[in-house]
Amino acid sequence: MMAQIQEDKYNLAPKKFNMWIFIFTSFMFFAALTSGFIVYTGGREHAINIILPRAFMYSTTVIIISSITMFIASRAAKRLEFGKQRLFLWLTLALGVLFFVIQIYGWSILIKMGVYFINPNASQSFIYVFTGMHLIHIFAGLLLIINTLWRSYKNVPQAKNLFGMEMSGIFWHFVDIIWIYLYVFLLLNQY
Amino acid sequence: MSTLAVHDHGVVHHEEGHEHHHDTFITKYIFSQDHKMIAKQFLITGITMAVIAMTLSILFRIQLAYPDKAFPLLETLLGRFAPGGRLDPNFYLSLVTIHGTIMVFFVLTAGLSGTFSNLLIPLQVGARDMASPFMNMLSYWFFFLACVIMLSSFFVQKGPASGGWTVYPPLSALPKAMPGSEMGMTLWLASMICFVASSLMGGINYVSTVLNMRTKGMDLWKMPLSIWAFFLTAVLGVLSFPVLVAGVVLLIFDRSMGTSFYLSDIVLNGKVMPFEGGSPILFEHLFWFLGHPEVYIVIMPAMGISSEIMSVNSRKPIFGYHAMVYSLIGITVLSFIVWGHHMFVTGMNPFLGGVFMITTLIIAVPSAVKTFNWLATLWRGNIRFKPAMLFAIGMVSFFISGGLTGIFLGNAALDINLHDTYFVVAHFHLVMGSAAIFGMLAGVYHWFPKMFGRLMDEKLGFLHFWLTFIGAYLVFFPMHFMGLDGVPRRYYAFTEFESMKQWLSVNTFITWAAIMSALAQVAFLYNFITSIFWGKKTTQNPWQANTLEWTTPIERIHGNWPGEIPTVYRWPYDYSKPGAEQDYILQTTPLSETMSSNLPHDFEDNPVGLEEHTKWVNTHSNQEVK
Repeated sequence: MMAQIQEDKYNLAPKKFNMWIFIFTSFMFFAALTSGFIVYTGGREHAINIILPRAFMYSTTVIIISSITMFIASRAAKRLEFGKQRLFLWLTLALGVLFFVIQIYGWSILIKMGVYFINPNASQSFIYVFTGMHLIHIFAGLLLIINTLWRSYKNVPQAKNLFGMEMSGIFWHFVDIIWIYLYVFLLLNQY
Repeated sequence: MSTLAVHDHGVVHHEEGHEHHHDTFITKYIFSQDHKMIAKQFLITGITMAVIAMTLSILFRIQLAYPDKAFPLLETLLGRFAPGGRLDPNFYLSLVTIHGTIMVFFVLTAGLSGTFSNLLIPLQVGARDMASPFMNMLSYWFFFLACVIMLSSFFVQKGPASGGWTVYPPLSALPKAMPGSEMGMTLWLASMICFVASSLMGGINYVSTVLNMRTKGMDLWKMPLSIWAFFLTAVLGVLSFPVLVAGVVLLIFDRSMGTSFYLSDIVLNGKVMPFEGGSPILFEHLFWFLGHPEVYIVIMPAMGISSEIMSVNSRKPIFGYHAMVYSLIGITVLSFIVWGHHMFVTGMNPFLGGVFMITTLIIAVPSAVKTFNWLATLWRGNIRFKPAMLFAIGMVSFFISGGLTGIFLGNAALDINLHDTYFVVAHFHLVMGSAAIFGMLAGVYHWFPKMFGRLMDEKLGFLHFWLTFIGAYLVFFPMHFMGLDGVPRRYYAFTEFESMKQWLSVNTFITWAAIMSALAQVAFLYNFITSIFWGKKTTQNPWQANTLEWTTPIERIHGNWPGEIPTVYRWPYDYSKPGAEQDYILQTTPLSETMSSNLPHDFEDNPVGLEEHTKWVNTHSNQEVK
């Protein structure tokens, strides 16, 4: 009986499925925020009324590249090339941190432009909400990547290594896509 | 897939299955990762919260019945909240707010789904535990933390949140708006965030377990209706709670950072506030996008539980199994496009109001399908009036009588008159309050043996049922008339309004009915607690039910089944099948063992089996001819 319970513990498919459902919940969260934006701007005829700082374009490039490095790391893990896996995980981590920094830099530019979070025009506050809530997800993604890296140095069984890789991969690609969605959404609503 | 050829269903018992892990008190009873223990934790916490919420309701009922009377005892009990023995008006508002919050979220969401999804999903689909037992444990502890934070707001100086359970801004967004909007509101928000975290972790697990961990043979159309209901409830929660989080996040920014998402043109205590441009309607949209699915999160598990119990105790297959599933799916889908009916009088475009009215009224269709199917299940059944059965029938009764008034409230034009009156209070207390509570109690009576290995006392159960059933109707039915007369909800007293004074006698009557129903719960609590320790020991399958949970041993071992997980061969509702030896056939009984009761449609996707069946029927009818 215990052997069967142990067997269940190594049945990782349902746990991976949990991650997919979590992604749905996260997606609903951002969908709610952007819908809130639409309701807000529609009702009061407020709009963002600025051109977004270029920094967000740089950060978009960075996070797309990080998705590619994440993919390469995943592929390397499947092919048992652990050195390459670690290298590209480190790269992804670095790009993720860089993205984080650029987003904060983007905020500082917004502030210089006079676009504040505490703002009678809440559509401008929404820029901070979108990016801020997304950064919380980025932070979670970075923690997942660090966890996967740490595991890859600890020589855990390949099944678990791959599982960690897939979990952080799914999540990282998701936060990437969410950012692209938010960025495009903001671009379309600039004026 | 059911085939005649399968004979290997016999469960192999491994007698050498020793417990290799050593449970300490802490891992067994506190930080348990076993779904059955977590279910019990949810149930007992839920019952505790229900008792607290009920006490709160009795307090404000006393105020409504005797608005001019002082009760010195109240001051002794509540101190500054009842100066001179009369409830403080602000505290009255806190009472209705916290009563609503606790009942909707802590009792009927976490207490109901948390208990029965946790207990029954692995047991009825044939899994050893949840997809992630650890997350399941976290789910309970976040819920517990949420309860503690919510209750702690009674101990802060200005009292708990008091802007209503819907926490509409600007009341909730301006700490200076009313006493309850200060620390109490902050704690409410903190508690709610823990609650949503709990609910999401639970929901994610339920969905994943149902989709991934069903035993061999358990295809979706062989799942009991309870599992369908829990599954769709979890889907609703997973999709709608994040929206509440989004709304609450913006509310927190407005409260503590000074943004203007929901606030505009506000003068507070003679001071013009700097907020402009916000819209409280935005909050209502975000809130009710969760809020409406939430009422189905509350009622659907009760529906699933009742379907199961009514079929078992009518000794009949549930009437219209497929229709039941499709109507649950229909309710799930529709529940996302009706939230506007909570906002008909917010200045909504009448055309949009019309759209929401139509979608709302369409929900009556799947609801009616379910109701008729329940009644048809009872029709000419061999009914066993167990306490669980009575509560399940009671659930249907409340769902009908509360649902009928929903048709009035769902109408955008009638809602101009009826909104924010006692008519609304009567409607939702019957259709989701009483109905869901009755579903939950039905579940407790029915699955108590599975949880504790003992039976609850039936006589006390009957007493509990009749007092509660009659009491609930006496409490909520008169409220319809008050509402039609325009008596508004959430008012502290009606003594100052000439037109409402006449309702005082009715309010007194309602209060005494409420006190009677509350006392009836003592019978339940006594029964529940004593039965855990001294109840009659149960047999393995006390209700002669078909579902998988009754094939597990009474002792509730970790991993649920001592040997292999049994294989499933048939749907769960083979009760009183013509030609069968007994009036129930377990889901684990292969069709090959029940040749005399098999019907051609048992072999719809199984031509080999059908051939065998035809051959068997032919030989047997030939013998009869001889």
